[in-house]
Amino acid sequence: MAAVHVALRGVTRVFPATAAQREVKALGPIDLDLMRGEFFVVVGPSGCGKSTLLEIIAGLNRPTEGTVALEGKPVVGQVPEGIGVVFQEDASFPWLTVTDNIAFGLRQSALAKTEIATRVDHALRLMGLTDFAAAYPVQLSGGMRQRVCLARTLVQKPRVILLDEPFGALDQQTRFLMGDELLRLWRESGATVMLITHSLDEAAMLADRIGVMSARPGRMLEIIETGWGEERGSKVVATPRFVEITARLWELLRGESQRAMAGAP
Amino acid sequence: MTPGQVRFTLALGLVLLLEGLSRFGFIDRFAMIPPSEIFWHLGKILGGGEMWPAIAKTLTNVVAASVAAVVAGVILGTLIHGWRALRETLDPLFAAYYAVPVYAFYPLFIVIFGLGDVPQVLIGFMLGLVAVIVNTLNGLDRVPRVLLKTARIQRLGPLATAREVTLPYAVPYIFTGIKLAVAYSFIGVIGAELIMSRTGLGYEIGYAYNNFDNAVMYPLIVFVLAVAATVNTVFFLWEKKMLARRRK
Amino acid sequence: MTRALRAAILIAFVLAAWQALFWFAGPNALTAPLDTIAYTAELLSSPRFYPHLLETAHAFAVALGIAISVGILIGFTLGLYRFAADVGEPVLVALYSIPKLTLYPIVLLAFGIGMPAKIAFGAIHGIMPIAIFALGAVRNLKPVYLKAARVMRLSPSRIAARVLLPAAIPEIFTGIRIGFSLTLIGTLLGEMFASQRGLGHLLIQAIGLHNVRMIMALTLLLVVIAVTASALLLMVDRRLRRNMLGAA
Repeated sequence: MAAVHVALRGVTRVFPATAAQREVKALGPIDLDLMRGEFFVVVGPSGCGKSTLLEIIAGLNRPTEGTVALEGKPVVGQVPEGIGVVFQEDASFPWLTVTDNIAFGLRQSALAKTEIATRVDHALRLMGLTDFAAAYPVQLSGGMRQRVCLARTLVQKPRVILLDEPFGALDQQTRFLMGDELLRLWRESGATVMLITHSLDEAAMLADRIGVMSARPGRMLEIIETGWGEERGSKVVATPRFVEITARLWELLRGESQRAMAGAP
Repeated sequence: MTPGQVRFTLALGLVLLLEGLSRFGFIDRFAMIPPSEIFWHLGKILGGGEMWPAIAKTLTNVVAASVAAVVAGVILGTLIHGWRALRETLDPLFAAYYAVPVYAFYPLFIVIFGLGDVPQVLIGFMLGLVAVIVNTLNGLDRVPRVLLKTARIQRLGPLATAREVTLPYAVPYIFTGIKLAVAYSFIGVIGAELIMSRTGLGYEIGYAYNNFDNAVMYPLIVFVLAVAATVNTVFFLWEKKMLARRRK
Repeated sequence: MTRALRAAILIAFVLAAWQALFWFAGPNALTAPLDTIAYTAELLSSPRFYPHLLETAHAFAVALGIAISVGILIGFTLGLYRFAADVGEPVLVALYSIPKLTLYPIVLLAFGIGMPAKIAFGAIHGIMPIAIFALGAVRNLKPVYLKAARVMRLSPSRIAARVLLPAAIPEIFTGIRIGFSLTLIGTLLGEMFASQRGLGHLLIQAIGLHNVRMIMALTLLLVVIAVTASALLLMVDRRLRRNMLGAA
């Protein structure tokens, strides 16, 4: 598990000036290594460029400077094979049933029908969606729809899974439970996971390592090693180590958050 | 180039193209006269004074139809909004209303009201009325409940609530209806004048057409389109500004 | 109160108002509801009537086909190219709101009398709303759908066919529904002046001869056709939107 899976060097993102606004330096410079199979969480104040960072790693956005490499190969403006993304907004397609949504990506590939059916079935069971297989997203709650998006990502067996505040719209209690579920999926898939969140609790209880970002333009202030083993998630909320980590995170972020609140729209 | 400049250039190009095609005989004088002549004749007509009664008549009718549609529409909309059963009964009527060819009722109006201005204004009014009602209903629907609760907590009576909370909040959406009422009044009044009237710009255009008088017909068409487009665009931009304050 | 019961009450009310209007205005202005319905039935069973119905249907179908294809093409093109939309949208909106009946002499001069003029007139009426709604459909596409499709490594053509199109269909269909009604009205108007056949021609002829029975029967027929079609399209529209989250 000591291999570098995704490597970022000197990545910056500058949004050029338009008629409406001046040039905005959103991100960087960032140097970061994601290790194979780890659970990495990025926390930072609002507007620090977390989502931009995720989109650059995914290949949805080009960095203004710097390089991104996945498994040694550069990522340039195109989404490489092997990456899965769960977005903050609900990306489930309203015109498809849950099953068709989950199968969507697979059906565009050359995979055999039987294989697709097997994978979709497995995903439905894994995410607790079997009862809703024929339902439409409009009939489901926000949390369920995110599960559909998660399932859609997982069936493609990605090696890197990026999640951008996937539980942002959910209440605190549900978030705790979804966090535990995410851990379960991470272990089963064996993928490298990068989660973006603004919740210090979430970062502290889930991650192997936490990258703390500064206010805009976001840079990595510090990387915290949590040292969690098998025991993590909502189970460790009362432990001293958890309290230590959250305290350290707040120490780093208090100033940054104030700066973000004063400056960012 | 800004979009406005591009539009201007394209329009200019189109006019020049038409000018060229007419002058070099590709377009029959019988079908259309060159744009330069159109504008020259337009100047003459506007300066001449014989058309002013027709222009005044049409504009008066349009204003009358719009104002009537807006006043009646807002009042009716507010009343219907308060009575749920009535609203649900009328709903299919509103949904189907604009499918109906309202011009078909024109002969009926003429027989009942005679050949004066009433039929035209009535058609314009009828076209605009439902748009105002529907948008008034929409606007009143959109008043967030939390604002109404706040009014109750502040102990505002129903009239005060309507005046201070409901109406101000709903105004931009009602304004969409006003914009439509104005547009429909133009369409209704001028269309009706063209079909079966003895006065007004619509009539004059029809008359000029029947007499093969392109030198009068085209300038009048251009004039009507220009006035309608300008007025409608003004309302459209005004509405946009109002709604911008409501953007989430 | 069920929907059907409310609809029945509405229709009953309209019929009652119609009857009352008949008593007030006299047989020179109107025919009573029952007489009108009887006469309409007579017309529909008369062999001389059908050619007119078919003529109108033919013109309408072609006009609608043109309006839909050209409208969607314009809407999509403007939707996909931001600058084109900045230039073109105000033009579309302006064209939508002007009294298109004023263009009718120009259409006649360009196409002559007959089928092409009717089709052109119908198409002109229908293109605008379809284009405007198609433009809106592309614009309102949730960006996250595109991102999700890109993450699944779909080619641009697959994205257009499997994501853009299904997501856009409900909104486009609303445009088609409105365009349907307007194209019908436009075709009828075109027939009223540019044809020797068709329902519109019969209508203007009846107006000229002051054949009240015929006017009323034709109006009734047109209203029933328009409202029924509109109701059916509305049902389809609701079905398409049923699954779209957040759509009005």
